[in-house]
Amino acid sequence: MNGGLRHILLALLLLTGLNPAHAAEPIKIGSFLSVTGPASFLGDPELKTLQMVVDEVNARGGVLGRPVQLIHYDTGGNASDALRYVKRLIRRDRVDLIVGGTTTGDTLAVIPEVEREGVPLISLAGAIEIIEPVKKWVFKVAHTDRMAAAKIYEDLNRRGLTRVALITGDGGFDKSGREQLRQLAPEYGIQIVADESYGNRDTDITTQLTKIRASDAQALINFGFGQAPAIVTRNVAQLGIDLPLYQSHGVASQTFIDLAGPAAEGVRLPAAALVVAEQLPDDDPQKPVLLSYKNRYEAQHGPVSTFGGHAYDGIMIALAAVERAGGTDKAKVRDEIEKTQSFVGTSGIFNMTPEDHMGLSLDAFKMVEVREGVWTLVENAD
Amino acid sequence: MLEQLFQFLVTGITVGSLYALVGLGFALIYNASDVVNFAQGEFVMLGAMTAISLVAVGFPLPLAAVAAILITIGVGLALERFAIEPSLGASVVTTIIITIGAAIFLRGVALLIWGKDFHALPAFSGDAPIHLGGATLLPQSLWVMGATVLLVVLVRAFLNKTLLGKALLACSVNRAAAQLVGINVRVMLRLAYGLSAGLGAIAGILIAPITFSSYEAGIMLGLKGFCAAIIGGMGNPMGAVAGGLLLGVLEALGAGLISSGYKDAITFLFVLMVLFFEPTGLFGHKSADRV
Repeated sequence: MNGGLRHILLALLLLTGLNPAHAAEPIKIGSFLSVTGPASFLGDPELKTLQMVVDEVNARGGVLGRPVQLIHYDTGGNASDALRYVKRLIRRDRVDLIVGGTTTGDTLAVIPEVEREGVPLISLAGAIEIIEPVKKWVFKVAHTDRMAAAKIYEDLNRRGLTRVALITGDGGFDKSGREQLRQLAPEYGIQIVADESYGNRDTDITTQLTKIRASDAQALINFGFGQAPAIVTRNVAQLGIDLPLYQSHGVASQTFIDLAGPAAEGVRLPAAALVVAEQLPDDDPQKPVLLSYKNRYEAQHGPVSTFGGHAYDGIMIALAAVERAGGTDKAKVRDEIEKTQSFVGTSGIFNMTPEDHMGLSLDAFKMVEVREGVWTLVENAD
Repeated sequence: MLEQLFQFLVTGITVGSLYALVGLGFALIYNASDVVNFAQGEFVMLGAMTAISLVAVGFPLPLAAVAAILITIGVGLALERFAIEPSLGASVVTTIIITIGAAIFLRGVALLIWGKDFHALPAFSGDAPIHLGGATLLPQSLWVMGATVLLVVLVRAFLNKTLLGKALLACSVNRAAAQLVGINVRVMLRLAYGLSAGLGAIAGILIAPITFSSYEAGIMLGLKGFCAAIIGGMGNPMGAVAGGLLLGVLEALGAGLISSGYKDAITFLFVLMVLFFEPTGLFGHKSADRV
């Protein structure tokens, strides 16, 4: 640590009335994630990432010379548990800021509490409602489903396709995605000619797809996650439906290709750059960040996922804000998070403003396509 | 429209035979002990996941399948020996709760071993769809249907034609009397758990190429299989198969003709109606018939 910083730190300690024996007081980062339960495939890589980053930062001597302490509770995807744990994080554990909320439901449940208590929250969930309207203490780092819908429609416009069929699951992510697709359709001149749903645990979706086959759709959009989109993809092939199939960013992983097998060939979806890190041009500013995170994560845990990437972006933005704020004063940290500019994360380049508490643009999504069993970057396709 | 209807029916029968295959295992344990084994779905999951792991490390599919069935039978026997047998004589409700606990335990162990990802097993005879008129089905569905027919015939013959099978039935009719005529009730219980674990594993391996598998896969399959078994009449293997097919066709027609959003509501409404008007199931024996 350099001398200047030490003086600033000492001044801060004097100001807050602490004696130097507390100089190593940890920076407490609270977290509540769905590590078990239906959203566990999101929460699990998120927690592993947070732990990895905290260990790395502490091995380098911490932030502002203070160690970073992660306090985490598993919500199991239950919104009322999320609220209970956030109250505990704020009142008993006295955390300095919170990174978390794997799902939109978990995050929305705790917003009133963090707003009242004035604790900065960086959510890892998708829905736009989290930051719209803007809430003083709440930020998010994951792409919104509206961005995914817009990206898909952009690609449809490029290919000159206007009539689409929707097929979505019965989960929150699916429904919210369906809502965005329906809302944005007129803006892009898209007409929705069929709108089917399925249960996320269904084992066969050929019935709904048979109805879609009978419509005059030119493309098929499936918004969902878990195994159901892979079953949809297989059933589309089984029924011989020869339409372009779009999936959502919810299945942007190798697992989807492994499950859907040869039927996945030609499937397109908007994905975070992490999925195609190696294929990015060398001058892409995200490339070194992505490869570094990917290699570090994979050395410890196996295949990386974009959801772990959200946790990486969240905690890195948080720690950078603490460093700029020169301490853990909650209001200062909040202001610094809001001033996050040109931060290169795994999900894109963040430029937050008082009006935009996410700071990602549509460029953050890359359109990718399955070619010969791997996600391949589609650039200005067709 | 006719072509669509035909596809709905084919889909219904495909899905229905999955449910039937799982329902069969429920019927068997119920026959031996009057207990609904809620860990039956977990046997299905264990069979599938074990086979997937063995194929992944390089075993040929048939060998992996046999090994997975044997391992799952081992788990079924262990469950009977260490969880069911110590509580022999406890009420049926207690035993059912024990099986629910066992199901949660098995799911937890599977989570630790295999993690949370979904896994797929390669289809036995390729993925090229078979065209039937205007409808298509996967070759794997034929495997499932064929195995369902074969297994139900075997289970029925075993229960009705062999001394061992009759002894098994006798235990559920009157355990004390069965013991008096020299039937070893403990051995029969072990047999029932071993067999239904084996049946579950076979079901899991056959359907894994279609539905994929994960540590949680047993919950949904167990629930649907259980519905199949109660629609058909608990304890009647033929009934479980008929119940499964009925459930599958109903789901497909409900989703196809009415609305895919109400698919499950339609199915569960039907299950409720069956329980309301025909509490022993559509094909169940009245309790007096057994004597």
